[in-house]
Amino acid sequence: MSIPQQLRYSKEHEWLSVAEDGVSTVGITEFAANALGDVVYVQLPEVGDTVTAGETCGELESTKSVSDLYSPVTGEVTEINQDVVDDPALVNTAPFEGGWLFKVRIAEEPKDLLSAAEYTEFSGSDSAS
Amino acid sequence: MSSTTPRHTALDALHRSLGATMTDFAGWDMPLRYGSERDEHLAVRTKAGLFDLSHMGEITVTGPEAAALLDYALVGNLGSVKVGRARYTMICREDGGILDDLIVYRLGETEYMVVANASNAQVVLDALTERAAAHGDFDAVVRDDRDAYSLLAIQGPESPGILKSLTDADLDGLKYYAGLPGTVADVPALIARTGYTGEDGFELFVAPADAEKLWQALTEAGSSAGLVPCGLSCRDTLRLEAGMPLYGHELSTSLTPFDAGLGRVVKFEKEGDFVGREALAAAAARAESSPPRVLVGLIAEGRRVPRAGYAVVAGGKVVGEVTSGAPSPTLGKPIAMAYVDAAHSAPCTPGVGVDIRGSHEPYEVVALPFYKRQK
Repeated sequence: MSIPQQLRYSKEHEWLSVAEDGVSTVGITEFAANALGDVVYVQLPEVGDTVTAGETCGELESTKSVSDLYSPVTGEVTEINQDVVDDPALVNTAPFEGGWLFKVRIAEEPKDLLSAAEYTEFSGSDSAS
Repeated sequence: MSSTTPRHTALDALHRSLGATMTDFAGWDMPLRYGSERDEHLAVRTKAGLFDLSHMGEITVTGPEAAALLDYALVGNLGSVKVGRARYTMICREDGGILDDLIVYRLGETEYMVVANASNAQVVLDALTERAAAHGDFDAVVRDDRDAYSLLAIQGPESPGILKSLTDADLDGLKYYAGLPGTVADVPALIARTGYTGEDGFELFVAPADAEKLWQALTEAGSSAGLVPCGLSCRDTLRLEAGMPLYGHELSTSLTPFDAGLGRVVKFEKEGDFVGREALAAAAARAESSPPRVLVGLIAEGRRVPRAGYAVVAGGKVVGEVTSGAPSPTLGKPIAMAYVDAAHSAPCTPGVGVDIRGSHEPYEVVALPFYKRQK
């Protein structure tokens, strides 16, 4: 299970990249993608929307279920990944790369995010529940 | 479920070594998928897939009055089934409500094997045992054989070729819904041409001690033909595309076979009384004159997936309920089965939608099944 070192993670299994010029990329983790199974539909926020840390901003549908997408950070959406809208399977095949979901201009420094090491422990314990 | 500890099939360690994602199903820890469930689904449609279905509940009925007992206990005409053939049938309550849907194999003149859904196996066993004691005792024995069998299924267009390489049994002579005892990869097996995928395929009932050997042999024999291990997730989408009902979704004790559009399984013409006859006759008349709701197929125009329990709507009113829904790998669109008011159940009825978490998404009403294989 891949958990890139340079990213930060939410307890809802989203990842957040290091900000460049105040903009970070958001996606879901490989752990989450594996738990969902084949993702078939992705509903993302729209460019210009304000997303709030810990609140839902979209949804992901897989064969078996639908799950809310939570924003790991508060800010304004600057870009969405049209490729993943057109081909949701990218979430499964490349959750940390081509399967990214949206970019956000960070308005508030996020709190309560986990480091890669912390998330490794968290997702390990979560999977046992 | 009475137990909190899940039951494991004889192939449990093998599933884990293959990296399966496991899920609880009716008290059993079963493979949900090994990799991508979409790939598994498409493998069954185009090549072949291998399933562990050992959670299914086998019940053997033997004795001079085995046929008479089953004719009394079930809604079908089991006495008319030829030895070596199988029949899809149901067991109902006195009030006509469906207790389970079943496949019954006639293994001999006086021997049948009843295969029940895992979730209902105990209910079916209890009902058969109780019904065997009715009418001054049938001369028949009902035996719980759940632990006596593992069940492997090989499904898909390549499955006959794969199986042929491992058995001398006459597969060409084995018709759909027939079963014969044989040997597969040196393992004694009941070989049945049945399945729940809408494809050609076989179900192999074997001793649990032989299950792993058979799985490995099938895997090896099938690898060049594209056979992959398949979990319950794709089994569900395969049966949904094929329009096959699943107990707990399309079938329940609050529905009769006629409500489910499966009245044809009830054989009123058979000799003697059977459990539910009176209520089912009334249900048949009701379905003829004023059907309450009809089981239909729905195909999404958009990409949001209907789920069991979602309301079917038309003109702002609830006109039905989704019983099963999933993204269809074959159609490339979300599909569902739903019970819909008769007035809205005709194919292409305009204005029908599904309430997907508050938004009414348009759906096309179609006749079932969604998918029928080319023979």
